Amino acid sequence: MLLEVQGLTKQFGGVAAVRDVGFQVAEGTIFALIGPNGAGKTTVFNLITGMLRPDAGSINFSGRRLDGLKPYQIAAAGITRTFQNLQLFGGMTVLENVMTGAHIKGKTGFIKAMLRRPGINAEDKQIIEHSMALLGEVGLDGSANLPAAALPFGSQRLLEIARALASGPRLVLLDEPAAGLNSTETRTLAGYLKKLRNNGLTMVLVEHDMETVMEVADRILVLNFGRVIAEGTPAEVQADPKVIRAYLGEDERIA
Amino acid sequence: MGRNKIFTKIKKPFLWPACVVLFMALPLVVDSNYITSVLIVIGLYTIIVQGLGILMGYAGQVSFGHGGFFGLGGYAVAVLTTRYDWPPVLALLAAIALPGLVAAGIGRPALKLREFYLALGTMGFGILIHTMFNEAGKLTGGPSGIAGIPYLSTGGLVFDSDIKFFYLVWAVVLLVLFGINNLIRSRVGRALRAIRESEHAAETAGIDTGKLKLKAFIFSALLAGLAGGLYAFYVTFVSPAPFGFNASVQFVLMAVVGGLGTFFGPLLGATLVVLLGEFLRWAIPLVIPGAGGEYEIVFFGLILVLLMIYRPEGLGTLGKILTSPGKKKPGAAEAGIPGGGRGYEVN
Amino acid sequence: MPDQLMQLLFSGLTLGSIYALIALALVTTFNITGVLNLAQGEFAAIGSLLAISLYAAGIPSTVAFILSIALVAMLGGLLERAAIYPARRASGLTLIIITIGLSISLRGLALLIWGTETYSLPAFTKGGPLFIGGAAVNPQSIWILGLAILTLSLLYTFFELTYAGKAVKAAVVNRTAARLVGINPGTVSFWAFMGSGALGAAAGIFIAPVTMTTYDMGFMLGVKGFVAAVIGGLSSVGGAVVGGLLLGVLESYCAGLVSSGLKDALAVIVLLAVLLVRPQGLLGVLGERKI
Repeated sequence: MLLEVQGLTKQFGGVAAVRDVGFQVAEGTIFALIGPNGAGKTTVFNLITGMLRPDAGSINFSGRRLDGLKPYQIAAAGITRTFQNLQLFGGMTVLENVMTGAHIKGKTGFIKAMLRRPGINAEDKQIIEHSMALLGEVGLDGSANLPAAALPFGSQRLLEIARALASGPRLVLLDEPAAGLNSTETRTLAGYLKKLRNNGLTMVLVEHDMETVMEVADRILVLNFGRVIAEGTPAEVQADPKVIRAYLGEDERIA
Repeated sequence: MGRNKIFTKIKKPFLWPACVVLFMALPLVVDSNYITSVLIVIGLYTIIVQGLGILMGYAGQVSFGHGGFFGLGGYAVAVLTTRYDWPPVLALLAAIALPGLVAAGIGRPALKLREFYLALGTMGFGILIHTMFNEAGKLTGGPSGIAGIPYLSTGGLVFDSDIKFFYLVWAVVLLVLFGINNLIRSRVGRALRAIRESEHAAETAGIDTGKLKLKAFIFSALLAGLAGGLYAFYVTFVSPAPFGFNASVQFVLMAVVGGLGTFFGPLLGATLVVLLGEFLRWAIPLVIPGAGGEYEIVFFGLILVLLMIYRPEGLGTLGKILTSPGKKKPGAAEAGIPGGGRGYEVN
Repeated sequence: MPDQLMQLLFSGLTLGSIYALIALALVTTFNITGVLNLAQGEFAAIGSLLAISLYAAGIPSTVAFILSIALVAMLGGLLERAAIYPARRASGLTLIIITIGLSISLRGLALLIWGTETYSLPAFTKGGPLFIGGAAVNPQSIWILGLAILTLSLLYTFFELTYAGKAVKAAVVNRTAARLVGINPGTVSFWAFMGSGALGAAAGIFIAPVTMTTYDMGFMLGVKGFVAAVIGGLSSVGGAVVGGLLLGVLESYCAGLVSSGLKDALAVIVLLAVLLVRPQGLLGVLGERKI
């Protein structure tokens, strides 16, 4: 198992946002976290990426204990993420966004950076090439020199994914990647995610669009009020009465 | 595909060298000690504001204590050359190193502070250093300061005239500009800008934001110290007065006026504020008879207030908007003071 | 020796009451508007100088005091409308830079009007010192302590016992809800600055008989107000008072027993220590509250 989460608990001012959540993600699969609003999905992401510290529980990644590490250390360990409310570097170019995602691949330090012209040394060339290739995959290579904030919303989502891939992570956490996309864009996204999985990437997905989830996910974990209420394949979860009850009247898209 | 527009942005390769040569010839053409001395002061402030600009405009951290670092540099030179007979060049190196060490010491805990806590903390630090200059009389000469600092000299070269000093200071400015120009477009520069844009995303991209902010803080302190050391050699006299809280505010003003996160912002800001100061020093006594130049601070304060309200991105972006009317300056709206809205985000 | 300690304690409490008053104004404004007003000290300086000038012009002292308190309150309101309100959506840092700009401008203005001379006011009540526990206590100290107690009880009464005060407190917690019940946060912010102007001016006037009043005294007074507020955790009214008294007493002992030159440095050292070690304030009253 690439990622093993056990007994994860986080409280905010006495209210448990996540309680005793555990799951395992196998290498090369897409694992989906679903649940009604406020179920604690994003909190789970924030705990895995070190943006929040768990009150209890453990997170093991490829046999290494991650809980308690800082976000940048977790990124270095091979986990990156995207954000539900986009967190692009809006004033930087599209290419620079992806290049920044590849930060840990470089070594240039403060002093060295001042002494030589950027863009012409071997390290920068390699990162530019690699980043352009990633942008090509999401069809943004033509916009490489635009400011990220100038991209249409759908492209911004894709850019965030490209940025998250730039460091060559083993696990990527995608927080509602389809939110705000139209149906064509969502199709493209689903195809892209499947392609990434076929190339061996592991992903954990939080998503409200059930059609996409059912299409791409290998396994699904259902959260409600911070607790796990079901886990299984898409077919098993769809048939689970507890899941249907949790969603009933809340979200008709499940049916 | 590797060759990109951003890396070949200077389209007219001879424009800048020509400007530099013209500027450097200025003191030879206009034979005025006054103008040369104003240009030297602009150069010294530019050095400080370049460092502060990296800290504020890129790493997104404010400092109201850089008057203190400036002073540490000045006093390092004054004390080491007059009391311990250090060779001037060594003393100048110490003037760079001392603020750097102090910044390294206080930076780690200080940069954990956010927004106004950081502003208050750095302000407190600046006041503390300033008080020490006044109170540690045995070492610093107290309020009357230290006079008799020798000229900066190395080998046979003695910087004993304004013109020589002009070339020295502006050579340093150009070096720093060159270094920063490389820096901001490098891996480190991208990481710094990323902190300003979204600290969360920067962290999850593997950037140790705490360490990088600390480096930017130390870098800015080193440059302030360098400017302070040069200042001491130029004036050959130091006292606590120019290193107080008003100096710190003035540096922030320069950084903000020029436009945070812009390449020429520090140069522009230092130039505008110094020229305005000179103008006010000349104009105020004409309007208010008997008034001294110290009232310039009223205007500095007002300008700071007006800028923060109506143009937090500074004047540096103005030129760009004028030269490329079709293109909107990217992210101009997000420029200005980083650090998000009031209060912390929940996660 | 114990007499000297008592003496220092009383002068420390007097000094501390002033810091507490400045801190009270800071904390109240900060809680209501989210703005840390670094020009607070200038309100005290200008209030004091104004009262001195009016008094010197032959206006009876009480009238002069009330007039200058009212004028500085108006100044506070004016500044809020002119500089804080237009930037109300800006980041906290932008706002702090604005108040710093205001503070240096006000200081420059005071220099323009009053110059670098030192001014003073006669004591409010004539008569020699009172002797309490072997220490000579200046009657003016009693006035200052009284003002601190009066302010604290007025603030308490307003925020805890009046409908308007409770409404303001609600506006702090939830701006949208406040609008729903008819409170305009912009108006509240205006009144907060008026109030802190008045409070600052009163503090400045009350200490005028026992200190040297100069155009630049507001700066250190403001800094010490912050130190007091920060000791108390920045958002606690009670904390601000305790922080102010603590700082005053500490300074008084430092000046009396060690060196008076280090007095100002002490306040800053306390500030740095608190910020770096316990940013939530020494008194820890901040608790869960997110600032």
